[in-house]
Amino acid sequence: MIPAARADGESVLPGPAVAAAPVERTRLFGHARYVLTQDPVTAASFTLFLLLLLAALIGPSVVPYEPLASDTAQALQPPNAAHWFGTDQLGRDILSRVVVAARLDMAIAVFSVALVFVLGGVAGVAAGFFGGWTDRIVGRLADTIMAFPLFVLALGIVAALGNSVTNIVLATAIVNFPLYARVARAEALVRRNAGYVQAARLTGNGELRVVLTTVLPNILPIMAVQMSLTMGYAILNAAGLSFVGLGVRPPTPEWGIMVAEGAATIMSGEWWVALFPGLALMLAVFCFNLLGDGLRDIVDPQRRT
Amino acid sequence: MLRLTLSRLGTAVPSLVGVVIVTFLLTRVLPGDPATYFAGPVASKEAIAAIQHQLGLDQPLWVQFGRYVGDLAHGNLGTSLTTGQPVLTELANRLPASAELTLLSLLLAVAVAVPLGLAAALRQGSWVDHLCRVVTTAGVSLPVFFTGLLTVYVFYFVLGWAPAPLGRLDSFLSEPPRVTGFLLIDSLWAFDGATFRAALSQLVLPAVTLAVFALAPLARMTRAAMLAALASEFVRTARASGLTGRTVVLTYAFRNAMLPVLTTLGMVFSFLLGANVLVEKVFAWPGIGSYAVEALIASDFAPVQGFVLTMAVLYILLNLLIDLLYGLIDPRMKAAA
Repeated sequence: MIPAARADGESVLPGPAVAAAPVERTRLFGHARYVLTQDPVTAASFTLFLLLLLAALIGPSVVPYEPLASDTAQALQPPNAAHWFGTDQLGRDILSRVVVAARLDMAIAVFSVALVFVLGGVAGVAAGFFGGWTDRIVGRLADTIMAFPLFVLALGIVAALGNSVTNIVLATAIVNFPLYARVARAEALVRRNAGYVQAARLTGNGELRVVLTTVLPNILPIMAVQMSLTMGYAILNAAGLSFVGLGVRPPTPEWGIMVAEGAATIMSGEWWVALFPGLALMLAVFCFNLLGDGLRDIVDPQRRT
Repeated sequence: MLRLTLSRLGTAVPSLVGVVIVTFLLTRVLPGDPATYFAGPVASKEAIAAIQHQLGLDQPLWVQFGRYVGDLAHGNLGTSLTTGQPVLTELANRLPASAELTLLSLLLAVAVAVPLGLAAALRQGSWVDHLCRVVTTAGVSLPVFFTGLLTVYVFYFVLGWAPAPLGRLDSFLSEPPRVTGFLLIDSLWAFDGATFRAALSQLVLPAVTLAVFALAPLARMTRAAMLAALASEFVRTARASGLTGRTVVLTYAFRNAMLPVLTTLGMVFSFLLGANVLVEKVFAWPGIGSYAVEALIASDFAPVQGFVLTMAVLYILLNLLIDLLYGLIDPRMKAAA
């Protein structure tokens, strides 16, 4: 996250002069380092994020047990030396399942956020930059989506499109669309007649080219913060959908489903089946929320609350 | 006031139209042909065509839309395949359970969040402020179905304080005569203390679970709005005029700070109505959320569609109510209308 913010360093501050760019870049890097060292919470959430990423990337090859292998002789064992997080009703190792599930949960969140980033970003920039009918249509679309309680709409979309992981990604993206479109629209509106945009026009660039090469890159950092802030919501949304039985199918390890499986046993005292996937889910969401706040402090210090 | 109300009603109409169009489109994108589904696996081509004709699926899209709107106008939301009952009746029967749960949790959330945010803003950097930060961050990060299960484990299994999380009322108790459908009110109405206590004990855990979720944005916004109000010029003037701290905080700062909090309430309702589905599933609560979930699992689409529509209409009405309240509280809105 931080290297990415550093990479488009020059676009963070709409550069008054090209010569100033390297200075700005080191200043931003310094600021990022300052935020990370001064704010231990952001640093901790960044570390947690790296851990999650690691689990998602190499998790399946380092876990001690096969996440789908059931062993009924070992069913519902409380946490012990062999199974640190205990075992579930079918004797599957919960630690292995929690770690392996990171990949699927993160993938759903990342893909849905990336999708809405493109859709909402393009629609919002077009609405803000061109105004008129484009603005009206995008605005109406966003308003209609906002007229629903968001989780309920996501539920309806998955129910209608069919019960699959792809549709969960799609539903999460659609539900987040208004948020992205509004941020992008507001940012594009401010920049529509900024000096450097007019300069780009004056040098003979077409409107479309101005949008793509001048306006869009300047909005990216703000949108990146938005992505990080909504990642947590995307994970919660997807887990909630699979908790009620949509999307991911049962043997697959996924945090929401695992909590749902644990719901049956928690009434009879086997707390570990639901607790560990629930904690993983909570930590992931917590991590993204804190990281989003920290990232906003780095990219856009003025909006600090 | 009347003009304001009418203009607010006017802004709700496009949302309603949008909601009806979207719920109609959701049925159109249903994978597979509903007629084939209705006809069963062994139906002949002619039988499927007959059902298609009967359902009006062979008509052009705009005719189907007209028929859908006409059905809605007559209160016809279709029939549930699994229970054979009209969806509207079932939703109406189950709505009080959901409403009671949601309203109680909203009351709880407001009762905790507003004083907490107020205290956090007045004593910035103190333990209350830190508590506020922890609560707000935890509230948005905790999956509501997970907190629900944790409370069940702690208060039902370990401590034994709460009854089993199975519905609104213990099965050996009979429901009080239905007046409002809210068990708490109905049992009081019938002077039935035992039923009131039983209903309350079933309601506490799910309501607290939902309240924790709704608390976060409210407390956060109260704190921010209060800080902004306290730093404003009119508070400085009030202080300079020698008013007591109490008057300045409660009459000047607090009343102004409540406006953005009221606006946040709209978002909170969006959260609450969604989270309701999850909490109802955890606590086997016989509301419209668990009705929709049961229908979803049975691939019974009419109840789901009716549920989405009901929720959206409720949400629009709640936002309308918030707008009207806003107009009552803020005299500037009246001047603008």
